[in-house]
Amino acid sequence: MYFESLEAAIAMDGHGGFVWAAYGICVLVLFLILLAPRRRQKKILRRLAGEQKRQQGSPITVEEGK
Amino acid sequence: MWSFFHKLGSPPWLYRIAGSILRWLLPITLLMLCVGLVWGLLFTAPDFRQGNSYRIIYIHVPAAVVALAGYYVMAIAGGVSLIWKMKMADVAMRACAPIGAALTFIALVTGAIWGKPTWGTWWVWDARITSMLILLFLYLGVVALYEAYDNKEAASKACAVLTLVGTVNIPIIYKSVDWWYSLHQPASIKFTGESSIDPSMLYPLLLMIAAFYALFTCCLLMNMRADILQREARTNWVRKLALEYRA
Repeated sequence: MYFESLEAAIAMDGHGGFVWAAYGICVLVLFLILLAPRRRQKKILRRLAGEQKRQQGSPITVEEGK
Repeated sequence: MWSFFHKLGSPPWLYRIAGSILRWLLPITLLMLCVGLVWGLLFTAPDFRQGNSYRIIYIHVPAAVVALAGYYVMAIAGGVSLIWKMKMADVAMRACAPIGAALTFIALVTGAIWGKPTWGTWWVWDARITSMLILLFLYLGVVALYEAYDNKEAASKACAVLTLVGTVNIPIIYKSVDWWYSLHQPASIKFTGESSIDPSMLYPLLLMIAAFYALFTCCLLMNMRADILQREARTNWVRKLALEYRA
C-alpha cells in the first residue's frame, strides 16, 4: 500500500474528502445500475407467474383470497 | 453468418445466450472493478503536481470513455432498428440509454469533484464539460422520449432518430480539448505515439477502462433481458419461464 497508515489513506494530504466522495458516488451509481435490471426482471417474472396462477383458478387460491 | 444474424433477432435465443454470457462476465467484471478501485485508491503513487486528487482519474476517465463508446453502440443499434426494423436492435438501443446516462453522470460528478482541488472550481462552461452535459441530456432524452409515447413503435422510431441526430455531439466531445481553449487537459493515453502517463499509473487505468467496458456489457445484457421478458410476456417461452421461476 502506498499510504503508511489508515489515517493517511483517509486524509490523502487534504484531498481525501474529494477522492473518497468521488469513489463513493461512483460505486453507488454502479451498484444501482447493476441492481436495477435484476429487480425489474424478477418483478416481471413474479407478475407473470401470479397472472398464470389466477388464470388457472385453482380453488385453493380462491379460498386464500377471501 | 446469416443464421447468426437470424438468431440475433430471436428473443428466446438472445435471452438465453445473454444469460450464459452474464454467468461468467459478471463475476469477472466485479473482480476487475474491485481490484482496479483498490489499486487506484490505495496502491498507486500520487501525481507529482496534483497530489492525491489525481486518483479520481481511475473512475473519471473510464466512465467518460465508456459513456462515449456506449453512445456508438446506441447509435448503431438505433440505426439498425430504424432501417431494418429489427426488434432486438431497438431493445439494445434502449438498454444503452440508462447505462450511458449513469456513466456520463459519474464522469461529470467526479470531474466536478476533481476540478475543485485542481482548478479551484466545481464547474466551468468549458467545451469538453458542456458537450458531456449535452451527452447526458441525450441519454436522458432517449429514456424520457420513450416513456412519453403511448404507441411504443412510434416511441422507438423517435428515440432512434434522436440517437442518430445526437451522434453529431460525439466528435465534438472528442475534439473539444483541441478545438477550443480549455481548462480540461488533453488525452493522456494515445494509441499513436508516446502516452504522457507513467506505466505505474497506466496499468491500473487500463484495468479500470476494461472493467467499465465489461460493466457496460453486463448492464446492457441485463437490461436487454428484462426488456425482452416484458416485450414477450404473452409468448409461451416466457410463460414457461415465469412458472419455473415460481417453482
